[in-house]
Amino acid sequence: MINHYNGLMAPAVLEVHKLLHRYPGSKTAAVDGLTFTLASGEILGLLGPNGAGKTTTLHSILGLLEPTAGTIRVFGHSPISERIQVVSRLNFASADVELPSNLTVIECLKVFAGLYTIDRASQRINNWMQQLDLTEFAKHTIGSLSSGERMRLKLCKALLNDPELLILDEPTLSLDPYMAHKVRELLKKIRSDRSLAILHTSHNMQEVESFCDRILFLHHGKLLAQGSPKEVLKQFESQSLNELFIRVAGTGELSDAS
Amino acid sequence: MPASLTRIGAVYCRQIYLLRRSLIRVFDVMFWPVMEFMVWGFMVLYIQKMATGPITQSIVFLLGALIGWDINCRGQLAMNIAALEDIWTRNIIQVLISPIRLWEWLLAVALYTLTKVGAITLVLALLAWGLYAFNLLSIGWTFLPLAANLFLFGWALGLFTFGLLLRYGNAAEALTWGVPFVIQPFSCVFYPLETLPGWAQLIARLLPTTYIFEGLRKTVSEGAVAWNLWATIAGLNLLYAAGGLFFVSWMLKAARRSGQLCRLGQE
Repeated sequence: MINHYNGLMAPAVLEVHKLLHRYPGSKTAAVDGLTFTLASGEILGLLGPNGAGKTTTLHSILGLLEPTAGTIRVFGHSPISERIQVVSRLNFASADVELPSNLTVIECLKVFAGLYTIDRASQRINNWMQQLDLTEFAKHTIGSLSSGERMRLKLCKALLNDPELLILDEPTLSLDPYMAHKVRELLKKIRSDRSLAILHTSHNMQEVESFCDRILFLHHGKLLAQGSPKEVLKQFESQSLNELFIRVAGTGELSDAS
Repeated sequence: MPASLTRIGAVYCRQIYLLRRSLIRVFDVMFWPVMEFMVWGFMVLYIQKMATGPITQSIVFLLGALIGWDINCRGQLAMNIAALEDIWTRNIIQVLISPIRLWEWLLAVALYTLTKVGAITLVLALLAWGLYAFNLLSIGWTFLPLAANLFLFGWALGLFTFGLLLRYGNAAEALTWGVPFVIQPFSCVFYPLETLPGWAQLIARLLPTTYIFEGLRKTVSEGAVAWNLWATIAGLNLLYAAGGLFFVSWMLKAARRSGQLCRLGQE
């Protein structure tokens, strides 16, 4: 598998094949025949309007949802039947999924360091808190933090176990432009240092263009387009992903320039 | 340290952190059992005063039964509240995607529950001694296996309600609080089995609590340990615990299939 950010061969950390998920009682599929891979060291953006199937795809990869059909392999393992082998090597941060609001920042990170059985936990917690400007909040309860501070804490928790795959659901949604930039740079540095693969969803199209090596465009659970942001823009004769996104959300279709 | 122990320790610490920092939480843990115990205890004292003959045995039994029933209720509630803490704070998904195994989480919560129930029992026993001059150990060492079995049954009931929480989310929360009240009339806590009508006796015979309190009555009235009941109690408890474990893992699979697992805490 070619790694899009440096053109080298890299093993796939994630393989999704003909993923289909239909929620009970629903006539339409939330995800319909989605196939893609994610290589080690690659940053892949999952784009699409609300209800496109992004979160359903992420939940299936995390093993929270059993697909109706199709297969998912993470590090060569099934996230359902070989859950522990999968989840111990990845981590997740989402704008929608909280951390326990009634614990302090340091207590929460200690609990998660325990859950991920992290060696030299205090040292690692301090390092990530420093990198994400959280040290001053160590003894604050999570409920008293602003949404941006909470998001940084979720990222701190997600980096604790040195994951090989990081799944991020709108990670910069509540961050100010400075902090969002800092987070993106930090993630790029980790990717360069140890080939971290990132699966990323965002509605910030500028961020996606600058941050992702490759994007998948979903609509109503189906894959409409894929490639590097430049390739996709060229293919559909669009000036920006933002313009392309509005076109897809409005019509549900993409007309290929060729 | 083995990885399992570290993960069990992390879940245990998560609960202890909450108590350590919040006096209100400690107060809440103790408040209801203490209030209930005081109301019933003073009522028993009043009955004793009004009675013409000696009814000491009944008092010993009633106070022992009150403490015993509380062990059972707290066992069930503490397990479910531990799960609800993560649902209420919308953190449950973070736990579900961490490398903790179901049995590790259940064991951690059981240990935490044991700590909580142990503390409540100690407070109630001290209250009984101070307010009513009742020594819990006057029942004898039988109280220990009795308490252990009440705890085990409470934990097993907690497994069933936890399974429903996983499958149906917040909608099943009311069951968490209601289960002890459904079980209590059939458990023969304060009256013998024969008091119940025939149909209710059939239900009562399926509950280990019925035999536990029958055993307690026998110990108090005859001073003898009802060994013949212990095999039934242990057998039924093991059956309920195994059934509860099976039920939780079945509900977890069903919640994963229906999509409810992703919605836990998000409703």
